[in-house]
Amino acid sequence: MAVITFIIDDEQYSAQEGVTILQVARDNKIHIPTLCYLDGLSTLGACRLCVVEIEGSPKLFPACTTKPTENMVVRTNTEKLKKYRRIIVELLASEGNHQCAVCVVNGHCQLQDLAYEVGLDHVRFPYLFPKKSLDATHKDFVMDRNRCVLCTRCVRVCHEVEGAHVWDISGRGIHCEIIADLNQPWGTSANCTSCGKCVSVCPTGALFEKGASVGEMQKEHDFIKFIVTARNKHEWVHIAPEDE
Amino acid sequence: MKPRVATAWLGGCSGCHMSFLDLDERLIELADKIDLVYSPIADVKEFPENVDVTLVEGAVTNSENEELAHIIRKNSRLVVAFGDCATTGNVTAMRNPFKLEDVEKRAYIELADKNPRIPDEYVTIAQLLNIAHPLHEIIKVDVWLHGCPPTADQIWFTVNELLQGKIPVLPPVYLRYG
Repeated sequence: MAVITFIIDDEQYSAQEGVTILQVARDNKIHIPTLCYLDGLSTLGACRLCVVEIEGSPKLFPACTTKPTENMVVRTNTEKLKKYRRIIVELLASEGNHQCAVCVVNGHCQLQDLAYEVGLDHVRFPYLFPKKSLDATHKDFVMDRNRCVLCTRCVRVCHEVEGAHVWDISGRGIHCEIIADLNQPWGTSANCTSCGKCVSVCPTGALFEKGASVGEMQKEHDFIKFIVTARNKHEWVHIAPEDE
Repeated sequence: MKPRVATAWLGGCSGCHMSFLDLDERLIELADKIDLVYSPIADVKEFPENVDVTLVEGAVTNSENEELAHIIRKNSRLVVAFGDCATTGNVTAMRNPFKLEDVEKRAYIELADKNPRIPDEYVTIAQLLNIAHPLHEIIKVDVWLHGCPPTADQIWFTVNELLQGKIPVLPPVYLRYG
């Protein structure tokens, strides 16, 4: 495969043709914030936190789905990007019911980490306080839609890695919700294998283990890459946690 | 003249004020630096005029909170949203997805041990607003100090920056919700 050369933040990098800007950035320890992206799952470009600027275009591009071309000039951390990333986190905060103080993943939450990264001292948009449901019908796990940011990592891991395809999205726009099977209580799902992969990859406290109290739950996000590598390459190697 | 500092307690659990008291021996140092002109821990009835800095704990959840918030803003040079309830609504705002009448029914009828009755005269009891608001939805806020509660170190950093005439920019280590 051809090797291409391009610029990220004023430094020159070479990469195999076909890899994404995000992959090249991570391989070279350049931090780009992500939320819906998870190593080992398909890429979606939905959350827009990884947007970067590409010289010559007024548009912003998600680094997780955009492939560099020869001599492309990419910027990952401009004032414009910082402004938009903060707005994205503010909108996520205002569209859900995120009370960190009573959340199982308080202190281990990727939404909190993003809030700190973008310097979110307060949310400038009106909070919507939507009425969302909580599903505690599964014997081991709970889905609290109040804390869901619709990253669809649970949907993808269940479909792509476990192969059960329990989760889907129903509704449109702000009314989107994660549903089990044909929009039924999770505990009645015939497809669910209770493997817990969805719980592990969830970046917030939307999916959690029963019995976990405030701040008690810590999630393993990296093992999906291990499983996928093992399955595809028959290599059972643990990869050092990357910055997510 | 020493800076005139106030603290107020709106719709919160007073945990932020407890954390303020966790300044421990630093309170003695602080007492030398400021005049505490209004606070739940000081016996002052009316919110005074000409206050330099006011720390406001809690969301704006009832008519009394709202009235006091406006007085605080009018009489304070700098207003600090003190803790997660003042900043985001937090636990106080967990009632917001529900209708006010359902919230009142739950609190005063379904959970009452005796004499279940929804308060219908609001002379001595403040009337709940339709939803609980973060402070900045009601009045202009100058500084946000997060945490449930903010730690004593966060409070100490913020208060000292303010007393030096700076608008504190919380370093990442002090930017913490929950």
